[in-house]
Amino acid sequence: MSAPRSLLAPARYLSREESESVAKRALGFAKADQTRITIDSGGQGNTRFAVNQISTAGDNYNAVVTILSSFGTRSGSVTTNRLDDEGLRRAVQSAEELARLAPEDPEAMPELGPQRYAESTGWSDATAALDPTGRAEMVRRVTSASLSAGLQSTGYLESEAGATAVANSKGLFAYSRQTGAAMTTTVRTADGTGSGWAGAAANDVSQIDAAALAARALEKARRSAKPVAVEPGRYTVVLEPTAVGNLVQLLAFALNARNADEGRSFFSKQGGGTKIGEKVLDERVTLVSDPASPLAPSSTFTGEGLPVERTTWIENGVVKNLAYDRYWAQKQGTRPVPLGGSLLMSGGDQSIEELIASTERGILVTRFWYIRPVDPRTILYTGLTRDGTFLIENGKVTRAVKNLRFNESPVFMLNNLVGMGQPVRVSASEDGGVSRGVVVPPIKTRDFNFTSLSDAI
Amino acid sequence: MVHSRRDFLKTTSAAAAAAGLSTLNASPAAASPAPPYSAGPSPSAADPTLKELALRALDAARSAGAEYADVRISAGRTQNVFTREARVQGISDNESLGFGVRTLVGGAWGFAASADLTPDEVVRVARQAVAQARANQKALVRPVVLAPAPVVPNGVWRSPARIDPFTVPLAEKVELLLAANQAALKVKGARFVNSRLFFLRDEKTYANTDGSMIVQTIFRTQPSVNVTAVAADNSDFQSRQSTDVQPMGLGYEHVLDARLAENATRWAEEAVQKLSAKPVDVGQYDLVLHPSHLWLTIHEAIAHPTELDRAMGYEANYAGTSFVAPPEKVLGQLKYGPEFMNVQGDRSQEGSLAACGWDDDGVAPETFLIIKNGVFNDYQTTREQAPWLDWWYAKQGIPVRSHGCSYAQSWADVQFQRMPNVSLLPGEQDLVWDDLIAATDRGIAIVGEGSFSIDQQRYNAQFGGQLFYEIRNGKVVGMLKDVAYQMRTPQFWNAMDMMGGKRSYVLGGAFNDGKGQPSQSNAVSHGCVPTRHRGINVINTGRKA
Repeated sequence: MSAPRSLLAPARYLSREESESVAKRALGFAKADQTRITIDSGGQGNTRFAVNQISTAGDNYNAVVTILSSFGTRSGSVTTNRLDDEGLRRAVQSAEELARLAPEDPEAMPELGPQRYAESTGWSDATAALDPTGRAEMVRRVTSASLSAGLQSTGYLESEAGATAVANSKGLFAYSRQTGAAMTTTVRTADGTGSGWAGAAANDVSQIDAAALAARALEKARRSAKPVAVEPGRYTVVLEPTAVGNLVQLLAFALNARNADEGRSFFSKQGGGTKIGEKVLDERVTLVSDPASPLAPSSTFTGEGLPVERTTWIENGVVKNLAYDRYWAQKQGTRPVPLGGSLLMSGGDQSIEELIASTERGILVTRFWYIRPVDPRTILYTGLTRDGTFLIENGKVTRAVKNLRFNESPVFMLNNLVGMGQPVRVSASEDGGVSRGVVVPPIKTRDFNFTSLSDAI
Repeated sequence: MVHSRRDFLKTTSAAAAAAGLSTLNASPAAASPAPPYSAGPSPSAADPTLKELALRALDAARSAGAEYADVRISAGRTQNVFTREARVQGISDNESLGFGVRTLVGGAWGFAASADLTPDEVVRVARQAVAQARANQKALVRPVVLAPAPVVPNGVWRSPARIDPFTVPLAEKVELLLAANQAALKVKGARFVNSRLFFLRDEKTYANTDGSMIVQTIFRTQPSVNVTAVAADNSDFQSRQSTDVQPMGLGYEHVLDARLAENATRWAEEAVQKLSAKPVDVGQYDLVLHPSHLWLTIHEAIAHPTELDRAMGYEANYAGTSFVAPPEKVLGQLKYGPEFMNVQGDRSQEGSLAACGWDDDGVAPETFLIIKNGVFNDYQTTREQAPWLDWWYAKQGIPVRSHGCSYAQSWADVQFQRMPNVSLLPGEQDLVWDDLIAATDRGIAIVGEGSFSIDQQRYNAQFGGQLFYEIRNGKVVGMLKDVAYQMRTPQFWNAMDMMGGKRSYVLGGAFNDGKGQPSQSNAVSHGCVPTRHRGINVINTGRKA
């Protein structure tokens, strides 16, 4: 193992050389026409806190090898975390056995030959070095602030450090190391009538300021106490970046070219084909993914070893690209476009204060929650506001309001755009874990569809 | 909550490694096939060397200063076979072997886990868990105290699977799925079909410093089919998922019993019918809910809010808290629903997903009433949590003991409170689905679970479904689409005025019950009967793009 290991250090992963050696051993056992080896190794550390103290924590290490064996167009896959010769040999044999039993696959694609990849910049030594004591220190910055304010903090800090390697029998080899960290906290008032949230995500944990998160969540908890009801309906909303990220990332799920060609997607064109070239969002909206994003760097290759490059999905509101797997790209006579890398949205030059100041009546939203698909034809989702929802009247935040359920689509939301601020990286996953980077601005949009009121705090 | 099937792609390799451990919510369409094993000796939980390693870890934890420790060693296998139309998209087997050690030091928990099941590594990890507990101990306010539990020196339990799915030839599985696809595609208008088989076998060895040593073998099986119909001009598309076949804690016999090919024709016909269904008019309706739909409403609106950690604020940052709180104001007092409403927690129903002999605290689960005659009666608990309710159990004259609701999704994750099977018990009258429809003047009948979302205290929920039927004067008069109902939990259950009897009791359930940070997937069943709810708010979810 490469990294130095104290009793507490979570950063274990396979180095490039170790990964290569595992791949070579596995390929050495292979008798199939083609074999692909994918190796994911790494450690995850996490610390939870609740009611102002640490509740549970965990540190784990795992290394997982996936063997994909093919005979002609028949293939089978086996995953194991037993990396000794015996374990690998058995995994290869089992994958080959499955492949022989599998039917012919008319969509099978040959393995890629060697590729060139940009170096990934997604690694941080600080994150890899974070141990339970360091995590407890960060947590204490939140719990002690909350305790002295007479509030109740709950939250979660997660860090990961690991490596991915892809190798195949045609000589392809790809390797990259990534780290990630995310910290979120929900602070509630002692009487349970107020709740405030703050969160952050970064590859480098030293970019997460736990004290600043605590201050934001504490302030929101206080201000959100004793909310009043407003009538559900269509509102102008100012969405903080996390709320924007919660919804904009849903667009990425729908970018599948094949579904569009098959007539079962928002991106299907009536009468056939896709909406590539059509304007579907406000012209200020550009959406790209980029593994080299300085705010959210990520791996530069896919699970089959295809290079991931900067891709523009939407440019000035117009659909530029959809994601094509290798088979569908070949069939449609285009090049494969993987859906990799972080998701980045364009922004504007207004501050969130300015977006609020220009609003006569509206709702300010901290984040959304329990967001689930309702209708894929319009990318319509439902979910609720949570942990800091406020009324804006005559350019000022005047009071806390009860949470609201929406039935809305990022498509409508980004068509009704009024203004935008500076994009920032957000913790956009509902579970607060380390996930794909999302960099989005705060926005103001009109006619956002709230359909019912919630008593939840 | 139930995880979205489209949770965002994890991109770091550590996450991918972790995801390899937990294949329960893996999407069948995931780019890289993840999950089991078809040949070769997987270590058996009964293997004496595993017990030795378990004891060695416990000794190391004790010597390092733990007042309590437990260890879980797991050898898990999963298999995924997934297809679309005439094509097998992937066949993947996954095996994962590893162990986790949990320690209690000065009232603070520590947990560490590793895939290297060697004598040296179990000692290192046990010490690591103790060192971590010491780091966690520094800001301790309320130390953990465990409720007493009987010692189980030699426990053995196995899911009631008649056919081990890993012994069934692959060709048979492939043939079965492709036959279902073919049947679906014969229906005019059905353009796409996906089908999938998922199997899990987990051999778990559990030991704790109280002296318990438990070996269990868990099976889970899920066959599923999804048919999509597309309008000729691409102006609409509609899908039908096979929600009348639910995941079970059974073996391959569950796949055979599901008769996928036979049912696929009907699922395809229903998908096509949805294209020409009438968009629903918004308003209040009496809802008649089929068990294949209702189980998810029970999951979200009864099972989650009655988790004690939520009620006490421990899950506030993710899953949320609960409207069923604080305990002293709701236990024995909160009127959850009508007097004929009884809801049971258990981990013993035959073939249910949460069934086990002992939980991940080493406790034999109890069958207990969460709602008794319409009134909230008890929370779901673990050994850590039961003492929080000592006053309530004293009042009832029953001992303070865990209900057996501790669970971890894999060896790499720490165990915590997860729901058992939570089931709505049948009514006394021998009523079935058709009886409820016949008794309804103006309503909507809903079959199958669909879209779902609920707030963080479990008040406001919205549910869709697979199929919606308009009821007029006791008869189904046609199909509706774009239907979702919105509810406030206590009103919704108190608006229930009819329920089916024993004959109409069905087990539904999910593999992807999500909770905790890091989020873990739990597998649970929810038994229920058809019910009727008066005057529920229905919205139309159709919009023009």
